[in-house]
Amino acid sequence: MSEAVVWLTIFVLSVFVGIEVISKVSSTLHTPLMSGANAIHGIILLGAIIVTGAAESTGAVVVGLVAVVLAAVNMVGGFVVTDRMLQMFTRKKKKAPAESSAA
Amino acid sequence: MTPTWVQLAYLACAVCFILALKGLSGPKTARYGNLVGALAAVVAVTIPFFYLDLDHVALILVAILIGTAGGVVGARKVQMTQMPQMVALFNGVGGGAAALVALLELADIVGTGEDVGWFVLLATAFTIAVGAVSFAGSIVTFAKLQELMTSAPVVFPGLPIIFGAGMLATIGLTAITLGAPVLWVGVVLGLVGLVVGVLLVLPVGGADVPIVISLLNAFTGLTVAASGYVLENTLLLVAGTLVGASGTFLTMLMANAMGRSVTNILFGALKGGSTLGGGEASDRPVRSAQPNDVAIMLGYADRVIIVPGYGLAVAQAQHALRELVDVLGERDIQVDYAIHPVAGRMPGHMNVLLAEAQVPYEQLKEMSEINGDFKDADVVLIVGANDVVNPAAKTTPGAPIYGMPILNADEAKQIIFMKRSMRPGFAGIENELLFDEKTTLLFGDAKDSMSKLLNAVKAL
Repeated sequence: MSEAVVWLTIFVLSVFVGIEVISKVSSTLHTPLMSGANAIHGIILLGAIIVTGAAESTGAVVVGLVAVVLAAVNMVGGFVVTDRMLQMFTRKKKKAPAESSAA
Repeated sequence: MTPTWVQLAYLACAVCFILALKGLSGPKTARYGNLVGALAAVVAVTIPFFYLDLDHVALILVAILIGTAGGVVGARKVQMTQMPQMVALFNGVGGGAAALVALLELADIVGTGEDVGWFVLLATAFTIAVGAVSFAGSIVTFAKLQELMTSAPVVFPGLPIIFGAGMLATIGLTAITLGAPVLWVGVVLGLVGLVVGVLLVLPVGGADVPIVISLLNAFTGLTVAASGYVLENTLLLVAGTLVGASGTFLTMLMANAMGRSVTNILFGALKGGSTLGGGEASDRPVRSAQPNDVAIMLGYADRVIIVPGYGLAVAQAQHALRELVDVLGERDIQVDYAIHPVAGRMPGHMNVLLAEAQVPYEQLKEMSEINGDFKDADVVLIVGANDVVNPAAKTTPGAPIYGMPILNADEAKQIIFMKRSMRPGFAGIENELLFDEKTTLLFGDAKDSMSKLLNAVKAL
C-alpha cells in the first residue's frame, strides 16, 4: 500500500467517525458541540509550533509566531468557553450547595 | 522519520478527540468530554518539544503564553449572550493560523526546491485559500453579531460577479501553484481568500449567521486536516477531519432545525428572492398596556407559557423572569418555558442562558414537546423574542424565515409581547402577531418591565 493511500484511508475513516459520533446530539447541545469542535481544530497549534521551530528567515519566524499566538487563542479560548457553557448545564443539578462564587 | 512513541502518543490523542466529540453530544457527558479534549490537546502540543530539535523555543513559548492569556481572558470575560460571536472569533483565528502555517510550508517547499508532488501542493493551496476564507468570514460574522455592522443581508449589484471572479482566481492561482510553486502566488491566493470570505458572509441574514459559523468551523477543520497531510502529522489529519466531518453534519442539523437549506442560507439573498423589511419600525396601531394590567392577566391565569428570546438575555432579565415564574408557581399557575431550537442566537443558546439564571431543567420545554399546549394556554408571555413566533414563517412564502418551524404562540387565548420598541426581530421582518386582536404589548426595557411586573404580581 502506497503512503498516499494510507493517508487517504485515515481521512475517509475519520470522516465516518466524525459523523457517527455526533449523529445523536440533541439541539440543546448544538452550541457547546460546535464550540468544542472549534476548540479541537485549535490543535493547528501543534503544526504552528513545528513550522516555527524549523523556520530560518526572520520573516518566517515572525509569521510562525503570529500563527502560534492565533492557534493558542483558538485552542485555549475554545476549550475554556465551552467549559463555561457546560458549567451552566451541570450546576443546576446540585444547586443546593451555596451560590457558586465563580462568575 | 517520526519516532514510534510519538506516533503512538498522537494516536492516543486522536482517540481522546473522538471521545471528546462523543461526550459533547450527550448532556451528562458533555463537560467531561470537553475536558478530555482539552487534556489531549495540551499533551499533544508538548510532544514536538521532546522529539524535534526546535529552534526559537523561547519565542514560541512566549507566543503560546500570549495566545493562552488572550484565549482565557476572552473566554472568561465574555457575556453568555455574546458567546456566539466569541466562538466565531476563535474559529476565525484558528483558520488564520492554518493559512499562515500553510504559507510557511509553501515558502519551505519553494526554498528547498524539493519535488513534493502535486497533492501536497494542492493541500497547501487549499489550506491557504480556505483558511483565509474562514478567517475573513468569521470576522464578518463577529461584526454582524456584535452589531458593529448591520445584521441584515448586505448585497450590492456587482457582488455575485466579484464573488465569481474571486472563485475563478482561487482556482487559477491554485493551478499555478500546482505547476510551479511560487511564494507570492500563495500570498495572493491568501488575499483573494480573504475577499471571498467577506463576500461569502455579507449576504447572509443575521438570523442565519450561526449556521455560517458552524460551516466556517467545518472549513477550518478541513484546513487543519490538509495541514496534517502536508506536515505528515496524523493527529492534525485525524482531528481536522473529525471536526470537518462533524461540523458539516452539525451545520446540516442546525439548518434543518430552522427549516432552511445551507445553499439557501448562503446564496438566498443573492437570488434576490427574500423580502426584507429593512428594519423599519411600523406605525400601524397596536394595543399596549401597563405592568399592572399584564400582572392581572398573568395572576388569574391557570396555564402560562413563556417564550424567551434574545432580548431577554440582552437586558439580563432572566433572573427577574425566573422570580416571576416562582411567584406565579406559588399561585398554583402552571408555567413552562417554550424553547425554540434557535432561541437566542445559536441552537441551544437559550438553554445556556436560562440555566445561568438557575431555571429548573424540567420547566424548559422543547418546541416539539410544547407546541400542542399553546391552544390550552391562557396567556403566552413573549419576552424579547420575535422571529420564533412570527406566523410569516407559515403564511408568507418569500419571507426570509419562511419554512422555519415556529412556536404556535398565536393559538393561545391571550398574547403578551414584552418589547423594547416596534423594531422587527433579527431577521428584519414585521410580525403580524403584534397586530393580532388577542395581543397586548408591554413596552420598555425587559429587565425594567420585568421587575415592575414582578412587583405588580406580588401585590395582587
